[in-house]
Amino acid sequence: MRINWYRFSSPQTFYPLAGRLAPWFLGVAGLLAVVGLYISFFVAPTDFQQGEAYRIIFVHVPAAWMSMFIYLVMAGWSAVGLALNARLSFMMAQALAPTGAMFTFLALVTGSLWGKPMWGTWWVWDARLTSELILLFLYIGHMALQSAMEDTRRADRAGAMFALVSAINVPIIYFSVKWWNTLHQGASISLTKAPAMAHAMLLGMLVMALAFWAYTIGVALMRVRCVIKDREREAEWIDEAREIDEASEVEQ
Amino acid sequence: MSTTGILRTLLWRDIQLVLRRQSDVVATLFFFIVAVSLFPLGVGAEPALLRSIGPGVLWVAALLSAMLSLGRLFAADFSDGTLEQLVLAPVPLTLVVAVKIFAHWVASGLPLVMLAPLLGLQFNLEVQDLGVLAFSLLLGTPLLSLIGAIGAALTLGVRGAGVLVAILVLPLYIPVLIFGAGAVTASAAGMSPQGALSLLAALLVLGVVFAPYAAAAALRIALE
Repeated sequence: MRINWYRFSSPQTFYPLAGRLAPWFLGVAGLLAVVGLYISFFVAPTDFQQGEAYRIIFVHVPAAWMSMFIYLVMAGWSAVGLALNARLSFMMAQALAPTGAMFTFLALVTGSLWGKPMWGTWWVWDARLTSELILLFLYIGHMALQSAMEDTRRADRAGAMFALVSAINVPIIYFSVKWWNTLHQGASISLTKAPAMAHAMLLGMLVMALAFWAYTIGVALMRVRCVIKDREREAEWIDEAREIDEASEVEQ
Repeated sequence: MSTTGILRTLLWRDIQLVLRRQSDVVATLFFFIVAVSLFPLGVGAEPALLRSIGPGVLWVAALLSAMLSLGRLFAADFSDGTLEQLVLAPVPLTLVVAVKIFAHWVASGLPLVMLAPLLGLQFNLEVQDLGVLAFSLLLGTPLLSLIGAIGAALTLGVRGAGVLVAILVLPLYIPVLIFGAGAVTASAAGMSPQGALSLLAALLVLGVVFAPYAAAAALRIALE
């Protein structure tokens, strides 16, 4: 079966689809999170060096992955939006930004919680922590830029432009911070030389990453529905969609 | 009029505008001096300490004053409609933007390059470190104008543009800060600043090639 992707690039057809898909993704996210947390708390062995405190990486590492990945996806949607002039792509980018910022913040908080027992301090100007912090600044900048403009068309395009420019800059920032870090701190504690991870640990981390992934998609779909509703409030079809929504709520 | 003729006229016009409104340039320079002078008052005037924080302080102050002057880059031309004429002019907008960025650098970056060694003396930097400082700023300040132009174009005519441009542009300035201050720190520590300076020059090349495109695209978004 061939799916006509262009059909779903219209907010009107995508709105109900997003509404149908979002609960599934959120359900899968919940299930995977339960499984992942079970593995990370009960199956994964205690680390002989770090004790029980290492278990925070089951949240920290997937959150850090997601924070970077979401920025790339955002930049991707922005590029699609600018290239094809598709409104829905900009809306997706807008819907992803808060989730990405949330994961970046989560990665920072869990990182500092982990750092306290491991490094003896809440904050180390480690290359990865620092670039994560800068990523948070970029997310906030992106959201601030979008919300500062009343004209949605300009807000979309300017936000997309910034997402692209900063996404190109992210690797440059990462390597410059890394270089700066080695210059100033000498050999700091790094996880890259940690002994090979037990399979259960890796599995827990992967399941949690998949859970975060599903959560991100589900939440982005929910949020894009809000964005569509907000922007298309003048359109006639939105009233019909509301009636359908209310009807399905009554059924349940 | 040929393309080069138009661009030359534009450059001369922008520089003349700066020369006739010197107070803007002087104010930015004074901000630089005041910001730098605050640090010894805040952290104490111990010579060894000052020497170790000096490169970073001077570079951060340069970053901030370059950012403050970004408002002048397109705003005046935008409000009186000149910018729309420039977009319609029979020359590529990328080149127009590049010329405007260059003029902006002459007015805001170049004075910093010349003034910074003098302020470096206040931080007990050696003569050779002062040379490295000036050279790193010479490579770095054009980059600040180039990256800043993207932010200035994106926030053109937006309410609260001043704060917004800071949030957008300062994170993107970080590599410039790291390599610029890194070169001077390396030199002050008796190491070769060449690595950092080469990376800074590489970033400058990247910026010269790509930033005018991005800024021109951002201007089109702002003007449509």
